[in-house]
Amino acid sequence: MDGTEPLLEVANLRVSFPTRNGVTEAVRGVSFTLGREKLGIVGESGSGKSVTGRSILRLVPAPGVVTADRLAFRGEDLLAASDRRLRAIRGRRIAMVMQDPKFSLNPVMTVGRQIAEAYRVHSGAGAAEAKRRALAMLEAVRIRDPERVYGRYPHEVSGGMGQRIMIAMMLIPEPDLLIADEPTSALDVTVQMQVLAILDDLCGQRGMGMVFVSHDLNLVASFCDRILIMYAGRVVESCRASELRNATHPYTRGLLDSLPRLDDPRAELPVLTRDPAWTKEDGAREGGA
Amino acid sequence: MMDSSLSGWRGWLSTDTPSSRMQARLGRAWGGWLAFRRNRLAMAGLLIVLALVVVAAFAPLLAPHAPYAQDLANRLQPPGPGHWLGTDGFGRDILSRLIHGARLTLMIVALVALTAPLAGLLIGTVAGYLGGWVDAVLMRVTDVFLAFPKLILALAFVSALGPGIENAVIAIAITSWPPYARLARAETLTIRRADFISAARLQGASSARIILGHVVPLCAASLIVRTTLDMAGVILTAAGLGFLGLGAQPPLPEWGAMIAAGRQNILEQWWVSAMPGVAIFVVSLGFNLLGDGLRDVLDPKGE
Amino acid sequence: MIAVENLRVAFGQGADAVLAVDGLSLAVEEGESFGLVGESGSGKSTVLRAVSGLNHDWTGRIAVAGAAQSRQRSKDFFKLCQMVFQDPYGSLHPRHSVDRILAEPIAIHGLGDADRRIDRVLREVGLGPAFRFRYPHQLSGGQRQRVAIARALVLEPRVLLLDEPTSALDVSVQAEILNLLRRLRAEHGLTLVLVSHNLAVVANLCDRLAVMNRGRLVEEMTVDELRQGAARQPYTRQLLRASQGYDRAAAEGFRDFA
Repeated sequence: MDGTEPLLEVANLRVSFPTRNGVTEAVRGVSFTLGREKLGIVGESGSGKSVTGRSILRLVPAPGVVTADRLAFRGEDLLAASDRRLRAIRGRRIAMVMQDPKFSLNPVMTVGRQIAEAYRVHSGAGAAEAKRRALAMLEAVRIRDPERVYGRYPHEVSGGMGQRIMIAMMLIPEPDLLIADEPTSALDVTVQMQVLAILDDLCGQRGMGMVFVSHDLNLVASFCDRILIMYAGRVVESCRASELRNATHPYTRGLLDSLPRLDDPRAELPVLTRDPAWTKEDGAREGGA
Repeated sequence: MMDSSLSGWRGWLSTDTPSSRMQARLGRAWGGWLAFRRNRLAMAGLLIVLALVVVAAFAPLLAPHAPYAQDLANRLQPPGPGHWLGTDGFGRDILSRLIHGARLTLMIVALVALTAPLAGLLIGTVAGYLGGWVDAVLMRVTDVFLAFPKLILALAFVSALGPGIENAVIAIAITSWPPYARLARAETLTIRRADFISAARLQGASSARIILGHVVPLCAASLIVRTTLDMAGVILTAAGLGFLGLGAQPPLPEWGAMIAAGRQNILEQWWVSAMPGVAIFVVSLGFNLLGDGLRDVLDPKGE
Repeated sequence: MIAVENLRVAFGQGADAVLAVDGLSLAVEEGESFGLVGESGSGKSTVLRAVSGLNHDWTGRIAVAGAAQSRQRSKDFFKLCQMVFQDPYGSLHPRHSVDRILAEPIAIHGLGDADRRIDRVLREVGLGPAFRFRYPHQLSGGQRQRVAIARALVLEPRVLLLDEPTSALDVSVQAEILNLLRRLRAEHGLTLVLVSHNLAVVANLCDRLAVMNRGRLVEEMTVDELRQGAARQPYTRQLLRASQGYDRAAAEGFRDFA
């Protein structure tokens, strides 16, 4: 974006899962580069959008195999990196926020301590300093009473609060890249907006890059800078977020049309008819940009 | 995909669009069998258990000698051509006694498997689904039974009812239902919150219908697995009671009692005790392997 | 068709009790499609569960088709009023075939003629007889939700309660289900109550809606008013704003409404 090297380069990313009936390819040749921007990956369930997000950190579940012509973070090859090196990158340089915070938080440790630990591991700071930073971070994600929430256990906080805690924990080491997999889908719309505002500010202030995986076209169009639309493991269209309304691929158009809208009083919603040609490997097109 | 390449009865079984209730059920069973068949250890377990059933069914045909025929001239013969597994202290052929003993073992296993898990399933699902005071009463009763050591309680029952194989079965059944009730109740507690239970209630289904038609089929899977895994323990308990003289009475060829009979000469004539021991071991192992395989197939979470 | 007066539902007991619904009153006319909108914890689903008879611990008055309802419902009530749940993966019994799922309500109510009824209702929800003997794990999310709708319809109810029926589905499938529900409503003259957090979905299917927050009714309005942005209450306006996509400036102004 600003002329420096890209944060993330992905070329011909493929993820396959061996199954009983042969090999299933969840991601089939996805390529993109990411600068200091918010990149949205949109698609329906089974489109491979989540697997794409996870494969950046090689967090694909067990039998899955990740291959790519290039998968590099700031020029460093992530596929060739040792597990040790990858652990150092994970969390510190690249953070990941997932949909359900309950699975990602340690249930027997107070949330405050978990955030403080995340900071100490990264900075080597003392306990008092870590606590101060953790409280500041809780405040930054707009938790009203940080002192009280600091001493709570994960099961004692609401879903929206848990997701904000999760974001605080992921962002306290000040990563360069955040991979957010449906980070707000379980939240109410107003809380969702507030959480997105936090992420937006952090991107703006710290120059953090973000990969935002979501099923929600409207949300991604209004939040991200650039969008990839995925279908059956492939990127069928990529465009600037502001140009999504002018998307050309029939799948993208179909998705947009099938959304009920307040400013459109028609009752019958157009139903998406899927064209087998969309799954072919050469069907991608650049739109809007 | 895979289905279209299959023809004949395999294709009929594995189709995605069955056209009758029967075909759907058979197709489901077929899918389970295909999954089960991939697990080699489980197949080994199944073969052992099937072998036990076959041996028990055709015992008189398979046994080379009569199980009770004493031949005092041939006491304590080592394994050899005349008696493949040797003879015991009364000169009886150990192989023949083991083969006939398979019937007793199978009977004990079948009776316990048909009583304790069913009672536990019923008590556990009723307690879990109805909750409230029903749950409190049923679970306290369960706690009382759980508080006794299993073998000791079985011993008490047998000494009260008198020794014998039927009483041993009753004693084992009575002492082994509480864990099933606990398991069934725990499963029921998670199932009863499911939307499909709410949906059944909204159709006006009675509690009995929901418990029997909706809750029990889901609990049954883990109970079947648990029962299969417990069968090894049941065989061992029965053998233990037989060993102590409280189960099957002589001259019945019960495996535990056979081990007990051989213990006077265990050092010199090891085969008298070792052969029934090996039989118990193999059959227990078979049930354990089978249980592990069934868990993979029946566990609904795996789908 | 449905009249709720001063409904109160509390969860928990004593000092821990939380009032999930606090003195709610509303009325739904026969043949109307009514939306109940709110965020999580607003009590919208709790209202639905109290009306449906799933929740017994309520006070106030609930009348359906002119008959005041007690906490325990009769079998006849369930023939009148059925419900569709949010999660199509949780609302179908994993070991029951579609056939068994649809045959059960027929058996419970002793209606007879099961084959004809099942075939008809499967056709109505757009599945057809090929799906009759399948199991839920052989169906997609949208197909499962169609089966759940078929199960609700097999008793030929006059009222259909819908608890977020499309929020677990992809948008293209959501469109199909919304179209289906609209068609079924027209064909059967159903009275619908749709609970949703999604204003656009409510606007698509309903004529009128009520907005709830923290157990209370914030306001009632018609869908036309909603489309024109004619919300009177600040809470509704905030909800409307939030549902129209991300807006940094708007997010700053969001506040909690007690």
